[in-house]
Amino acid sequence: MRIKLPGTVDEQISRRSFLRGVGASAMAGAIAKVTAAAQSVESMDDQRPVGPEPVKLVLQVNGKGHEVEVEPRVTLLDVLRNRLQLTGTKEVCDRATCGACTVLVNGQPVYSCMKLAVEMKAQEIITIEGIGGPNNLTPIQRAFVECDALMCGYCTPGFVTSLTALFRAKQNPTLEEIKKACSGNLCRCGTYPNIFRAAQRVAESGSSKT
Amino acid sequence: MSGWPKNPKQLGKEHLRFDGPVKVSGSARYASDMQPVGWLYGMILRSPWPAARIRAIDLRPALSLPGIRAAVTANDAPFTIRYCGEELAAVAGLSKQACLDALIAIKVDADLLPFVVKEEAALRDTSPRVFENQPNAAEPREMQTGEVDAAFRTADKTVEGFFQTQVQLHHCLETHGNTVQVTPNEITCWASTQGISSVRDGLADNISMPLDKVHVMSEFMGGGFGSKFGPGIEGGLAARLSKEAGGVPVRLMLTRFDEALAVGNRPSSFQKVRLGAKNDGTLVAYELETFGTAGYASGGATAGGGGGAGFPAPYIYRIPSTRVRQTTVAINAGSARAMRAPGHPQASFGMESIMDEMALALGMDPVELRIKNDPSEIRRQQYQIAAERFGWNAKHHSPASSEGPVKSGTGCAGATWGGAGRGSEAEVRINPDGTVEVRCGTQDLGTGTKTLIAIVAAEIFALEPAAISVRIGDTTFPPSGGSGGSTTAASVAPAVFDACQNALADLALASGMSDPTGSNWRSATARLRINPIVARGRWKEGLSSRGVGGVQMAEVEVDTETGFVRVKRIVCVQDCGLVVNRLASVSQINGGIILGIGFALYEERILDSQTGVVLNPNFETYKLPGAADVPELDVILQDMPERGVIGIGEPVTIPTAAAIANAVSNAIGKRVTSLPITPSQILGLLEKLPGIRSKSGTS
Repeated sequence: MRIKLPGTVDEQISRRSFLRGVGASAMAGAIAKVTAAAQSVESMDDQRPVGPEPVKLVLQVNGKGHEVEVEPRVTLLDVLRNRLQLTGTKEVCDRATCGACTVLVNGQPVYSCMKLAVEMKAQEIITIEGIGGPNNLTPIQRAFVECDALMCGYCTPGFVTSLTALFRAKQNPTLEEIKKACSGNLCRCGTYPNIFRAAQRVAESGSSKT
Repeated sequence: MSGWPKNPKQLGKEHLRFDGPVKVSGSARYASDMQPVGWLYGMILRSPWPAARIRAIDLRPALSLPGIRAAVTANDAPFTIRYCGEELAAVAGLSKQACLDALIAIKVDADLLPFVVKEEAALRDTSPRVFENQPNAAEPREMQTGEVDAAFRTADKTVEGFFQTQVQLHHCLETHGNTVQVTPNEITCWASTQGISSVRDGLADNISMPLDKVHVMSEFMGGGFGSKFGPGIEGGLAARLSKEAGGVPVRLMLTRFDEALAVGNRPSSFQKVRLGAKNDGTLVAYELETFGTAGYASGGATAGGGGGAGFPAPYIYRIPSTRVRQTTVAINAGSARAMRAPGHPQASFGMESIMDEMALALGMDPVELRIKNDPSEIRRQQYQIAAERFGWNAKHHSPASSEGPVKSGTGCAGATWGGAGRGSEAEVRINPDGTVEVRCGTQDLGTGTKTLIAIVAAEIFALEPAAISVRIGDTTFPPSGGSGGSTTAASVAPAVFDACQNALADLALASGMSDPTGSNWRSATARLRINPIVARGRWKEGLSSRGVGGVQMAEVEVDTETGFVRVKRIVCVQDCGLVVNRLASVSQINGGIILGIGFALYEERILDSQTGVVLNPNFETYKLPGAADVPELDVILQDMPERGVIGIGEPVTIPTAAAIANAVSNAIGKRVTSLPITPSQILGLLEKLPGIRSKSGTS
């Protein structure tokens, strides 16, 4: 299915007329889908809508350009993990509730499961691999190790990324601010107390340079 | 206890986790991260129906789609489905999207069958049967000691209650699954597992491959909590897909939704309890009748598999006359699996709740009543330690006696666990350059097993733990058991100890130095020339033990206008024998308490009786404790090095919910009768929900 971008006012009107013409007896869900699709098409900067076939795009990840070819329905998370082998970003819930897939997009913490890869053109993406490697840990990562702020470790990259964003915005956050920064991340092993301790240690040392 | 050094340099100290740097940097590779050359994405089609007879499954429409390389059915049709989410088929393809399309394309011809998903309904003879040929309710297990009816007649006070606990889900953050490659000659598997050897055995059986051709690895795994033993149905399906696809690897990890359906849960419980005591607090009589569900596989004699919904009673207390009758009832829902301290949190909630009712009836302090009736000397001490740290005497007040709409309350509870382990073997290799490698076929669930092994080896060799290379999570290493029942530390540590002692003896012989440890290490190992020392060791008596006690005290605030419960503080006193790594032990205790908070206040799998589906298979609606829910945790490790190593993972999650429930009941002056303690339950108990009567309680 292709949705043609409206070129003229007349065409827009005709689409609206079409939607009206579908009538109340038609499935409301179908109308909602068409409307949503049309709205998203209208809001796109590009002249042409993309998909459903794979599209080529370049993602800026950890300072490097990566050319990938993906269907428009593919999430940023999927591309990072399964195309670029950046598996430090974890898939846990795949619907914006757990924070394990948190990455930085233009410096902001973002759930990568909630972003389509095609939305990410010209965005600067930083994953956990771009924050600090095992031999090149940032103060936050070091504090996590020193305070035993991890157990199974599956949620850990997400927490580190959320806190990295916090410390980039603020050198000396309070405990409440630390908890708020972590409020979009879940841990099942129950490492929260030590995560708070680690973040407080960084806040107190004032050496959060990430 | 003989064996362990009297004045250890490493044991019992705070050691940083060995795999910290690779985990905080995202470079640790889990089963779900594996992408061997040519790998395919795998997904499972699950039944949307809670009960159905599957007549036929047509995989051809899926196989004809681009990017799909293999498809298999879960069983040969016809077969019967007994819960919503049971496996129907699986596909493997080049991407998740290809697999999603393929799952939709598979045609399933099914006759829907009647079903039942509520425990009370399943007990009725007129309800649909989960298994056609047998009643849903299993034969009750009955136990009696003493003359119960006569004993109740001698009691000065008798209290009764009806308590319920919910079905709790494991929700390990790394979902269940494996990356598996099956070639005609061998199977290679990266598993997210608590037991690499049980995965190996399961896959070998599934694909009919000799054990020596099956290699299973799990260096890192993202949580199990009792639900990750064996390859699971998903592992078998992945293996068959790999074979079907011509021997390329298949990575099949479950979705979050799948986790709520098919890979285990903690059984529910409905507990009718009666307790009798003398005026001085001596318990004399106890009667308990329970039912609960462990899912579809928990019914009559031949239902098999899932184990029951029973639990120890009267739990940790000594009561001369007891009568206990427990039944497990099958429903059309996913089967239970062991979940962190199986049975015990349910047991603790019911028993500790009725203990507090008794304390109220007697006008006795709850801590005093427990100390009077608890046969464990360790726990009796712990109550005193906890009470002092908590400030129990100053804080504990009569029910609902705090001022204002936000009521404060305090509660306590105790727990027991085994924690013994045995059977592990380990291998130590001392290289001529002085480096040390320890191999053990165990796995690290996030508890810090790798670090524990390094600490033990470092202690024996008088080296630093960082000097030890530890290799685990591989079935080609010396065998160790599954990591369940809090047995790993107590099983692995003695094996490593023994292997190190043997290696040390060999090194002394080879080097001609009577004491090659510590500062002599490099000169001793330099004399080895080219051959390393390789020594094996095995678990032996005298280095580990079983049976731990723990008590927790909780302080809560309850907003009587919104029903919101805030846990302010929990004090935990826990015995785990010889502490190996103090830092990791406290982390594990924190984690157990936080899981207990989830059980107390938030978590519950909800089934819809109209459709049989799980209504909350995700984290929006199944609430895990988050950053804002964590109270001040005050953990006191009771050192008992003379007892040797004992596991600690499970006992610490047991008493939390009971202590919180008692604190909430104390705060509002009404007995909490079911978990989770939701705002609506609180408002119901306070009769603040218009038109809704509170659940039956003891108050």
